[in-house]
Amino acid sequence: MTLTVDDLRVHYRTLRGDVRALDGVSFTVADGEILGLVGESGCGKTTLGKSLIRMDGRMRHIGGTVTLDGDDVPVGDDRAMNAFRFHRISLVPQYSMSALNPTRRIGRMVRELLASRGVSVDTGELHRRLALVGLGPEVLERYPIELSGGMKQRTVMVISTLLDPSLLVADEVTSALDVSNQKAVAHALVGLRDRGLVTSMVFITHDLALTSHIADTVMVMYAGRLAEKAPAGVLTTAPRHPYTRRLLAALPEAGVRRSQGRLSGIEGSPPSLLSPPAGCRFRDRCPLADDRCAEQPPVVEVAPRHHVACWKA
Amino acid sequence: MRRYFARKLLVYVLTFVFAVTVNWMIPRFMPGDPVSAMISRARVSQPEAVEAMRAYYNELFGFDRPVWEQYLHFWGSLLQGDFGLSIWVFPQPVSSVILGALPYTLALMVPAVLLSWFVGNWLGALAARRKVLDNTVLPAGYLLTAMPYMWIAVLLAWLLGAKAGWFPVSGGYSLDIQPTWTWHFFTDALHHWVLPFLSLFLVALGGWAIGMRNMIIYELEADHSSYLSALGAPQRLIRRYAFRNAVLPQITGLALQLGVLVAGALVTEIVFNYPGLGSLILAAIQNRDFFLLQGTFLFIVIGVLIANFIIDLVYVVVDPRTRTGMAGGR
Ligand SMILES: Nc1ncnc2c1ncn2[C@@H]1O[C@H](COP(=O)(O)OP(=O)(O)OP(=O)(O)O)[C@@H](O)[C@H]1O
Ligand code: SF4
Ligand SMILES: [Mg+2]
Repeated sequence: MTLTVDDLRVHYRTLRGDVRALDGVSFTVADGEILGLVGESGCGKTTLGKSLIRMDGRMRHIGGTVTLDGDDVPVGDDRAMNAFRFHRISLVPQYSMSALNPTRRIGRMVRELLASRGVSVDTGELHRRLALVGLGPEVLERYPIELSGGMKQRTVMVISTLLDPSLLVADEVTSALDVSNQKAVAHALVGLRDRGLVTSMVFITHDLALTSHIADTVMVMYAGRLAEKAPAGVLTTAPRHPYTRRLLAALPEAGVRRSQGRLSGIEGSPPSLLSPPAGCRFRDRCPLADDRCAEQPPVVEVAPRHHVACWKA
Repeated sequence: MRRYFARKLLVYVLTFVFAVTVNWMIPRFMPGDPVSAMISRARVSQPEAVEAMRAYYNELFGFDRPVWEQYLHFWGSLLQGDFGLSIWVFPQPVSSVILGALPYTLALMVPAVLLSWFVGNWLGALAARRKVLDNTVLPAGYLLTAMPYMWIAVLLAWLLGAKAGWFPVSGGYSLDIQPTWTWHFFTDALHHWVLPFLSLFLVALGGWAIGMRNMIIYELEADHSSYLSALGAPQRLIRRYAFRNAVLPQITGLALQLGVLVAGALVTEIVFNYPGLGSLILAAIQNRDFFLLQGTFLFIVIGVLIANFIIDLVYVVVDPRTRTGMAGGR
């Protein structure tokens, strides 16, 4: 078992109080598994991804544990996390387009970054990795502004996975790309896994249709909590959580342009995470809600590898 | 690369031609006869001298010739370094009056501008790193930049000059000695130089320090810094990158601030009665010495253009993006 996350709670400190962006999330990702993480904007996907590698200054680890390959991952301890970063856990950030320093040639930046982590560059291997995502070695001689958005995205993918991490967190890697680039990037990610360059992956996206193609398992989050997690085929054909059903219903028929498949077709909006209501957080928008839903539904394994947090599942 | 500089150079040459042309036009399109106006203002009493001046200026302006010839003639003498004769210290050539004052302005401006830039950037970078320093550098910096040149100059003159008596508050050297290449003159000039230098230096310093601090903090919060942190890069590397990126806008800032700095230097010279171009401008205005004023302005324009060109060169060396952009990129 590669990654185990148990009851992870991460809040943002703000002047108006704590934003409970991650409020008790538990799941596992197995060796070789790609976990697709979906949910509406603001449900805590990036927060979860960042918590696994580097929390920013306003994030606070409130509780819960993370284990990777049997080792405790000290997510709340910025210094201790350094040993894991890049070597064992790596990130393709949501901001990949601006992740490269504009005033350094990419090759030089990679050399300096690797040297700072005590690793020397294997130029042949670097070229081979670039070729895997369809980039030529001359990219290393370029400055980031000389690359297209898709090229930057793929360059960041190569850099982030250079040290063959156990876990790769890929946050919205396809959102800023056009459809053909989206496919190329998604396939490149699967290729990295298939070649064993990354052991397992958390693939964060808005795009339920895309994630069901490349992920083995899909996890749906709602307002800082897990709603449903199931093998990709099961989740798309036999969803149990009312929220997942709505998401799927909002997807266009096959053949319709995917960009319309963003998770926007549900009326209402998620609750504020500043002081979320007690009980099921989907209650305001749920057609099946009743009195019992005033109490928080536990995550239950309703079928093998199929977890749902709903009283009516 | 070559095309880039050719284009830049063209812009500078055009600016220069424009400045010269405006300078040429002003006396010619002013109402009245500039020659008599100048002579009457010059307060020269001997009739022979008046006649000599009138003959000289009539010849110089060449009002009997067609306008285009006057214009070409003006350029001709300009390129030979001939700015005419000064009225204030008639009959000294304007060019030699200016060359006499120029070293003082350069000695004041060049160190003040460069040192304030380097020290300010260094302080700002430090402040971005240490909380304690930040809490002192920031307010002090804002206080300094908010001060008008005139004000800080007067304040320093009063504090360190009049009150403490450490430094002379007027002139470029003591009245009882002549400028010579001696150690004695040099130390005396240095002593006179301290206060005007300090007031220029201090005002500029605050601005650079604040600019650098803000730029570094901005760079440290930029995505490329977060990415490096996420991959566990040490703070040292991240700061090095941030510093390098932050210096670039500061270089551009230097080019943009040049005009302000020159104006500041001129005012400071006047406050301290320092014998540079600023005092020359004041004297020229007080004595209605049109040629001296014209010559000084042209000199300042040339100086600012040259300095700008140097900054352009430096920028190309330090910002790789301009270089690749010029090489045709891609
Ligand atoms: N720095 C912050 N300070 C306060 N609240 C924050 C901060 N960053 C995020 N949040 C809040 O935390 C919640 C989760 O944010 P997060 O970025 O994880 O969402 P997301 O699921 O990644 O959304 P998106 O799909 O738009 O990227 C949101 O409600 C957001 O308002
Ligand atoms: S627990 Fe109740 S409110 Fe929540 S999703 Fe299930 S039925 Fe709807
Ligand atoms: Mg996000």
